[in-house]
Amino acid sequence: MAEIFVKYYQYFLQGTRTTIVISLITVLMGFLLGCLIALMRLAKNPIANGFAKLYITVLRGTPLLVQLYIVYYQLDFIPYPKVNVWGIALERALPCCIALSLNSAAYVAEVIRAGIQAVDIGQTEAARSIGMTGSQTMLRIVMPQAIKNILPAIGNEFITMIKETSIIQYLGISDLMYNNGIVVTATYNPLPCYYISAIIYLILNLVAGKGVSVFERRLKRSDR
Amino acid sequence: MTAESNVLLEVKDLHKSFGDTEVLKGIDQQIKKGEVVVVIGPSGSGKSTFLRCLNRLEEPTGGEVIFEGRNICDKGADINLLRQKMGMVFQQFNLFNHLTILENIMIGPKLVKNSSDEEDRAQAMKLLERVGLADKANEYPSRLSGGQKQRIAIVRALAMNPDVMLFDEPTSALDPEMVGEVLAVMRDLADSGMTMVVVTHEMGFAQKVGTRVLFMDEGKVLEQGTPQQIFTAPQHPRTQDFLSKVLNCI
Repeated sequence: MAEIFVKYYQYFLQGTRTTIVISLITVLMGFLLGCLIALMRLAKNPIANGFAKLYITVLRGTPLLVQLYIVYYQLDFIPYPKVNVWGIALERALPCCIALSLNSAAYVAEVIRAGIQAVDIGQTEAARSIGMTGSQTMLRIVMPQAIKNILPAIGNEFITMIKETSIIQYLGISDLMYNNGIVVTATYNPLPCYYISAIIYLILNLVAGKGVSVFERRLKRSDR
Repeated sequence: MTAESNVLLEVKDLHKSFGDTEVLKGIDQQIKKGEVVVVIGPSGSGKSTFLRCLNRLEEPTGGEVIFEGRNICDKGADINLLRQKMGMVFQQFNLFNHLTILENIMIGPKLVKNSSDEEDRAQAMKLLERVGLADKANEYPSRLSGGQKQRIAIVRALAMNPDVMLFDEPTSALDPEMVGEVLAVMRDLADSGMTMVVVTHEMGFAQKVGTRVLFMDEGKVLEQGTPQQIFTAPQHPRTQDFLSKVLNCI
């Protein structure tokens, strides 16, 4: 295993780099879009609400791989920028990021909705009773408390997403799993390659999980 | 005209239904400045719903609530502005758990009024001293007892300088030993001339502090009068029955 890594480490590192960049973009876009969908899901407006429900149902009810191909071919009219970031061609990577974050947003939206609804309605009533507007109440009172319910589950979703990015190898993006395949072909020795990739994914997720738990602890101040 | 201008809160034929269940079946009331109106009655009689309709935490399904000359149910009424003048205290305290005591008290004035931070802080500290909790200013609510939380909740409402205070069973969620400290603050508030509407099961408070007692049952005010009248010579058989149960429970 060590031999293979020493000889082919550049493939693994370059693949890891792609995986990290795509994960970061996906997690960020997925989170922002998820917030938007969650707000629509909680809105009283029947159109917004209905759209959010439909969105969540469809995106959770179809395979990610199918969504990836549909987004890739459906959105091929978009003039993606032909630039490289950290050695990654955005023109190829962005459609993948869009597909993954559209999918992630559906799960994030449900997590956020549940987190907001878990905040005692009395908090809202108290805020409204001293004259706060609906949005002041959401921003100053409900969200700061909801975030504590949301964060652990969002952390899960982030970790899931980092692993799920491995699916983009099917579109020929040279992420960790794609490069893993190259090394397998070159060495005819698959098992050590997969062990190396597994360890790299594990390290990425340990770091991501650590980041989330540090953030969680900072928010725990008022629970003492 | 002078008598009418004394009316702070007027309720006309108030109705409220939840689905098919009619909880309020037409209530007419006039609450004058300085009155301490205590609402008593059995569970499910609509007392809390009546109180929550006064600041539109519940949307009335019929009738009018007129506060300082404005119908708060009007589509054009700025309900947030009107609510600043109507403090409310809840059974479950509902302090903002993620804010310190001082922040709990200051967040209202900070968001909705044009006063400086120092003014808000000075006023908050003065109010905290009034209820004997100045030393808790920088604690979080989770560190306080129920009685302390409820006193803070009263202070939070007072920080908005309301013209009327609404109390929704403020002592029902408290351990018995803590009821006294909250009632003392409420009594002090009443003595200072605050207009109050209090839904409670504390008959002692109704008798000693109330200026008028309403007995509610099945969505209607069945009987009202001074505490003296209601507690010593109730007229309606339902009032008599209710009082005999709550006053002679042993």
